[in-house]
Amino acid sequence: MGLKECYLDIGGNYEDVVGRLYSEKLVRKFVMKFLNDPSYELLESSLKAENYEEAFRASHTLKGICQNLSFTRLQQSSSALTEALRSGFSPEVPELMQKVTADYQQTAAAIRKLQVEEGAN
Amino acid sequence: MGSPNSKKLKILIADDSEMNRAILSEMLGNEYEILEAENGVQALIKIQEHETELSLVLLDIVMPEMDGYGVLKTMNQRRWIDFIPVIMISAESSSSHVEKAYNMGVTDFISRPFDARIVHKRVVNTILLYAKQKKLMDLVTEQVYEKEKQSGLMIEILSHIVEFRNGESGMHVLHIRTLTDMLLHHLVQMTDRYPLSRADMAMIGIASALHDVGKISIPAEILNKPGRLTNEEFAVMKQHSLIGANMLENLPNHQDEPLLKTAYEICRWHHERYDGRGYPDGLKGEEIPISAQIVSLADVYDALTSERVYKKAFSHEQAIQMILGGECGTMNPLLLQCLSEMADSIPELLENTRPTWERSQQEIADDLLHQNQLTASERTLQLLDHERMKYSFFAAMSEEIQFEYNVSPPMATLSSWGAEKLQLPETIADPLHDKRLVELIGEENIRDLTEAILNTTPEEPVMQHECKIQLPGGPRWMRFICRASWSEDEPPICTGMIGKVVDIHETRLKIDSLSYQAFHDEVTGLFNRRYAKRQIVERLETHTGSKFALAILDVDKFKTVNDTRGHDFGDRVLAYAARRMQQSVRSGDIVSRIGGDEFLIFLEYKDNLEKAVERIFSSLMGELEGFPISFSMGVAQTDAVGTDYEVLFHSADQALYTAKQSRGRYCFYHNSMKTEDSTISLIDKHSKPKTPADGRGRKS
Repeated sequence: MGLKECYLDIGGNYEDVVGRLYSEKLVRKFVMKFLNDPSYELLESSLKAENYEEAFRASHTLKGICQNLSFTRLQQSSSALTEALRSGFSPEVPELMQKVTADYQQTAAAIRKLQVEEGAN
Repeated sequence: MGSPNSKKLKILIADDSEMNRAILSEMLGNEYEILEAENGVQALIKIQEHETELSLVLLDIVMPEMDGYGVLKTMNQRRWIDFIPVIMISAESSSSHVEKAYNMGVTDFISRPFDARIVHKRVVNTILLYAKQKKLMDLVTEQVYEKEKQSGLMIEILSHIVEFRNGESGMHVLHIRTLTDMLLHHLVQMTDRYPLSRADMAMIGIASALHDVGKISIPAEILNKPGRLTNEEFAVMKQHSLIGANMLENLPNHQDEPLLKTAYEICRWHHERYDGRGYPDGLKGEEIPISAQIVSLADVYDALTSERVYKKAFSHEQAIQMILGGECGTMNPLLLQCLSEMADSIPELLENTRPTWERSQQEIADDLLHQNQLTASERTLQLLDHERMKYSFFAAMSEEIQFEYNVSPPMATLSSWGAEKLQLPETIADPLHDKRLVELIGEENIRDLTEAILNTTPEEPVMQHECKIQLPGGPRWMRFICRASWSEDEPPICTGMIGKVVDIHETRLKIDSLSYQAFHDEVTGLFNRRYAKRQIVERLETHTGSKFALAILDVDKFKTVNDTRGHDFGDRVLAYAARRMQQSVRSGDIVSRIGGDEFLIFLEYKDNLEKAVERIFSSLMGELEGFPISFSMGVAQTDAVGTDYEVLFHSADQALYTAKQSRGRYCFYHNSMKTEDSTISLIDKHSKPKTPADGRGRKS
């Protein structure tokens, strides 16, 4: 599986990201880096702690990163969650978070798969 | 600032996501030096650190600690926004956010997702725009300032002249000026023989307008005579150069202005010739100031090519020919070369001559933009940089902890030496809540310092405070010397402070030990006599209802000890005696060595003094290294003699005297001793010189 297939799995827009960053190598580098980004963990823990201000920021950051990497699916779900958290807690937050979690896990899994394959090569 | 080629320009990226910073760094890192900040407070710290070298800030809005609006607010307060452009890079793209950001001085907005080409273009454009705008602003400001200053002076001079009479043809003055400017510029390109700055050249150009002011006092019949002048008339005409110079010399104000000095040179010497055959002073060669030489050449050319009542105009070619041929007197060969090299462009330039005040600011700015001269503002910034360099150098050399504290946003900056000494970072955000800093200084000290700073005033903003702080090597006494900054508000608000922290530990310990020495006896560590007296007097005065006793003790046979066992042993005996005394009295009592082998004990008692004295006295008896130690002791009590210290002491001394008659015992003072003492004193007069209130000088 190459980077392009990985983007398919993630539900992202490969052409768009390469068009903006002008280098597949660069895109690959940042995609790999995505796994080290703490925003998702921070989002999860601050929701658990009911710190919605922090959760908003984390969700917002996650959305921004997804925009830059053209992870369209995760961007859409995190964007929806960000708006729901903008003025603190709202009833739809748990459901939206479920969606973000699912999308994030799928994204992370696809990237890990790519990592393993590339490591093997 | 500086040359853009010598160093990469610096850009600060403030974004809480490391990934976003990395993407932007990747896009810009080749051409720019990238600084990063992960929240608003860090961003402000970086901006403060790199204030004068920062070319651009890329700013996110949603960040922890302090958001992008907070950063913009401070950038406005500190006026950084005036010279550091900011581009928003937030994922917030709603129009209300964008508008708020623009209102706070943001230059541009890059929305997500980042496109490498767009990011690059925006960054380059913004930096260029700012640089150009800033340069133009500086140029115009400086130019306008200079112009205003000089035209003010010109107006004054010219109005002074107008009092004499109406002047020459306006065009002549303008032509001279144009020619002078041309010759000057060409001359400095040709040779570096005349060190003329741009300002010097501008001044000569302006001053050239005054070259013929002296003609104002030449009679009109001579000035405007159609034919050739007679010798007498020519002699009068020739006076105009000196007259003009005198007029300028007698001007009431501005005698120190360089412009006036230059105008004087030109007026007086623009008819001198290089071979010394000119007038009025017959100066030769380079004795004639270059300003006058150039105006002279311009004057000759314009006179030749203009029509006058006494002559027709010569053509440009003819005029050049005549000048180069020496028909108008000998000129500086370098200037002649200069004239011939630029001769072809003269007619066209004179054709386009306009008064200089018609030049627009745009032209002035364009003109100056093509030169690489530093403008005033850039010079100021360079000076500022230089001052900073000097400051940090001296701060490093001084081995002092120097600091700066800013209230809003709360931030402390330490000199690098200070930071190392305290093992703290050089910049500390929100220092009053910084755990390490608070531990180091101590909460109480911080409270005291804050109070001391707030007690200063704008008129007397300096304060000092001494306290012990927890340095990494252990607690030490330090002195804080601080200067508060007060705002212009009414009432003024404290905006921060600068200061230094000086280690005074050694001095402080020395003072402590000196004051200890001043109050204590060196051999025994007991209070000395002076201090004991002070304490006793104080106690007698303040505790009027209490009963006190004062005992004076003398070590028996002390002279023998010193004589047979030496002084070191003698000292040990004294120290031993002192220890025994301290052990046998209560803590509130006063024990003192009052001189030689004499001691004093001062105690308060209730009823049974005799019992207390007996107890103390018997506990003192002992032996040291085989030497039996005993005392003689005299006691006087306030009950019997009253509370006057001198009387009390004197009485105890008398009782001691009695006790010593058979040693190893103590006596209480009673009235009968008065006579006894005087009798004994008389008897012993020769062998024992004794001052009764003192008790010194007796050895058994």
